[in-house]
Amino acid sequence: MLHKAIFIYFAAVCIGSALLMITRRNPVHSVLFMLLLFFHIAGLFVLLNAEFLAAVQLIVYAGAILILYLFVVMLLNVDRESAAPRANRYWPWLTLFGLLISAEISFLVLRGSFPADAGQQPMTLAVGSVRDLGIELYTKYLVPFEIASVILLVGLVGAVMLAKKIKD
Amino acid sequence: MVPLYWYVLLSAALFTIGVVGVLSRRNVFIVLMSIELMLNAANINMVAFSHYLQNLTGQIFVIFIITVAAAEAAVALAIIILLARNRGSVHVDEFNLMKG
Repeated sequence: MLHKAIFIYFAAVCIGSALLMITRRNPVHSVLFMLLLFFHIAGLFVLLNAEFLAAVQLIVYAGAILILYLFVVMLLNVDRESAAPRANRYWPWLTLFGLLISAEISFLVLRGSFPADAGQQPMTLAVGSVRDLGIELYTKYLVPFEIASVILLVGLVGAVMLAKKIKD
Repeated sequence: MVPLYWYVLLSAALFTIGVVGVLSRRNVFIVLMSIELMLNAANINMVAFSHYLQNLTGQIFVIFIITVAAAEAAVALAIIILLARNRGSVHVDEFNLMKG
């Protein structure tokens, strides 16, 4: 019961801040609502016994990626044309489309046969413990882990090369 | 305990909000943040299934998704800086250099 109440709180704040995030005019406000959203998603991860991912969510998403967004938003200072329309002219149709997709997914999920009692089983292995996650990551998923490091290197070099001022 | 399909419904709702944000907003920052929102919806789904199946593979994949999201944010923000410098705008419907 307590789990359900906590889940409903986190889910409600997630959906509310996501809706506010895509509707605010000022991108700085959007970034701050995104921050709220990421904190509550980290809370959901804790609820699912994924403590390491909750920490990574806060450190990497909230601490690094969003600060990068905030930095660039403030650097570009795009608040000049605040009278311009914030959405393109198709937005009512797109909202309708979104509601339709949402209804369709909900319908399919609700009539599907998800095991409703799967969460009732006692925790056999400590899913989410950092030790098990590390053993899994460094043995079974070692090659994808190395590829992820190459992706990060490409992102670093690409960002530096793109944003460099070209002298002519 | 929370039923599994509550997580799936939450993830579907967040993903749909992200889709609508990507398609309808003009500000390129909010388009990018909506992409991050969609990635996060997928992460919630993965962690929920990883918990209910008692299998860590989903959590490993979330780590890789976060890695790719970080690299994507770095490159995309560099591209935005270039676009804003060259075109003087951050609205996606004004970028028509390729006449698409």
